[in-house]
Amino acid sequence: MSKLLEIENLQTQFYTSAGTVKAVDGVTYDVEGGETVAVVGESGCGKSVTALSIMQLIPWPPGKIIGGEIRFDGQNLLELSEDDMRNVRGRDIAMVFQEPMTSLNPVLSIGLQLMETMQQHMDISDEDARKRAAELLQKCGISEPERRLDQYPHHLSGGMRQRVMIALSLSCNPKLIVADEPTTALDVTIQAQILELMKSLTKEMGVALIVITHNLGVVARYADRVNVMYAGKIIETGTAEQIYHNPRHPYTLGLLASVPRLDQERGTKLIPIEGQPPDLSRLDDGCSFRPRCRFAQDRCAQSFPELTNIEPGHEARCFRSNEIQDLREVS
Amino acid sequence: MSATSAAVSHDLDSAENLVEVRNLKKYFPVTEGVFIPRVVANVKAVNGVSFNIKKGETLGLVGESGCGKTTIGRCILQLEKSTAGEIFYDGVDLNTLDQKELVPYRQKIQVIFQDPYSSLNPRMKIGDILGEPMRVHNIIADPNKRVERIRELLAVCGLNPRFIDRYPHEMSGGQRQRVGIARALCMNPDFIICDEAVSALDVSIQAQVINLLEDLREEFGLTYLFIAHDLSVVRHLSNRVAVMYLGNMVELADSDEIFNNPMHPYTKALLDAIPIPDPVVEANREHRIVKGEIPSPMNPPSGCVFHPRCDVAIDNCSNEVPEFIEVKPGHWVACPVVS
Repeated sequence: MSKLLEIENLQTQFYTSAGTVKAVDGVTYDVEGGETVAVVGESGCGKSVTALSIMQLIPWPPGKIIGGEIRFDGQNLLELSEDDMRNVRGRDIAMVFQEPMTSLNPVLSIGLQLMETMQQHMDISDEDARKRAAELLQKCGISEPERRLDQYPHHLSGGMRQRVMIALSLSCNPKLIVADEPTTALDVTIQAQILELMKSLTKEMGVALIVITHNLGVVARYADRVNVMYAGKIIETGTAEQIYHNPRHPYTLGLLASVPRLDQERGTKLIPIEGQPPDLSRLDDGCSFRPRCRFAQDRCAQSFPELTNIEPGHEARCFRSNEIQDLREVS
Repeated sequence: MSATSAAVSHDLDSAENLVEVRNLKKYFPVTEGVFIPRVVANVKAVNGVSFNIKKGETLGLVGESGCGKTTIGRCILQLEKSTAGEIFYDGVDLNTLDQKELVPYRQKIQVIFQDPYSSLNPRMKIGDILGEPMRVHNIIADPNKRVERIRELLAVCGLNPRFIDRYPHEMSGGQRQRVGIARALCMNPDFIICDEAVSALDVSIQAQVINLLEDLREEFGLTYLFIAHDLSVVRHLSNRVAVMYLGNMVELADSDEIFNNPMHPYTKALLDAIPIPDPVVEANREHRIVKGEIPSPMNPPSGCVFHPRCDVAIDNCSNEVPEFIEVKPGHWVACPVVS
């Protein structure tokens, strides 16, 4: 399969009064047509900023993409003019945001928001756009789509709004959808509905999907490949099975050990990662996970380890990635 | 580990009830009219719920938004006046007490809130946040000894005692939640209501706080009502789990029992909806997605409130309100079809 999106050495920084925050610091990953890639990490690790960088929605000031390439279908998005980028946004790459309460315009009807997007990017009459809007709502599991078109976001529940967001993102037949925590604000049964919907629709329409989430369960259920981020860098990348069954970075290991699992025996003590995530404006040359790492050595303070290959498609950014499984047994 | 937990559950069988909630109802009136408001409807946030919590036990209370789990907590805390029903604490019905008589109970029953950002006063130093309730309830009268105790509690909760002079905005979310826990502990409580106490935290920090809550429970012999929407966390911490839906309790059982042998269709749906962090397990798991949305508690469905979304519902479910019955020792279900 051909590469749909290639991100290379992306660097996004924010200039604040407290100093320069390296929110994304040399991120490289790719997405193939039709596949689902997850970006996992905790708050402040740079996963959302990576997504906003792809869409070039980083607010300047204070934020700026200072280096790297984002190639979409062979074209470097960072070299496009704002007008050209506006054509890519929404048409080729669509975005689903976390907050279904705030990401729709409260003073425009659902129908108008869908039709406006379509008419911006496609040559389509009012009548056809309205018909297509109703079809999309139907596809996204919204009952009485014709009536919903004339309703406003406040008439709808959170789950419904997120369905509208998904309909909106699919409206111009994109090749890629970037979903930033699409279900975090929703209840569990609604979360399952929305994720199933996204999975079946992207499969049906052959759309690639980048899911940004902190929920390891969601990743396990839906992602083909996983990138784990910590402090602005990807620290481990691989297929879902490689990451969950053979984690090679101490942070990935720690994340997996710190979530309680429904299929685990009760009474097993959780093993948290001690300490706090680092301040991204005060990073040194060494590994940023070092202060919280159980396996840190002197060399970890000297330089940041490069991504080392473990098996085809599986890489980890740790000096000790080859011995980490044995070390875990011992401790 | 398993040996100690078995011992604990055996002790719990013979322990007496610390909290007994009988047929609790809380309706919030919906009014219309500016000058002469009249009640046009009631939001039935809690609609006849009964349960008890034994001394030293952790009862988990789960459900989705709007199911009434937080309202139950607030009613027990007497932050909300119950519409009907009794709440016995150590044999005394809290609903019948006046403000003055409630004072000792306000010390014994503490709460840890969800949002560590809005539940601490931004203009107070950590030392004052912890010291003020101790002064009001006259727990330690001597100011110097009080400071000592605050330092001790901060250390118990895994915080640097120097934080006593800091303001909440100088701390991270996880640290603030630890302050919230220390604030509950400073009153020497017997019973703590944890209302989504770990939901706002990142996974690695969440695990730290869960472990802290477990350690404190053992050290101080605490009883918890653990309210959360995350079933995996609830199962991890609780001895028994109660599942709520739209103001009603639909199932209540021992933690292992409810996860190994869920009976109510809603409990099953809730368990199915939670993904397990393992791609191989997930690939082999059956995913039944519950249809529809949660109805408005202002206008709940007739009969069993879950019947419009239920896949085993029969005709009678829309007419008759199911009784909450004990189908096995300690396993209560409100569904006539499955029991």
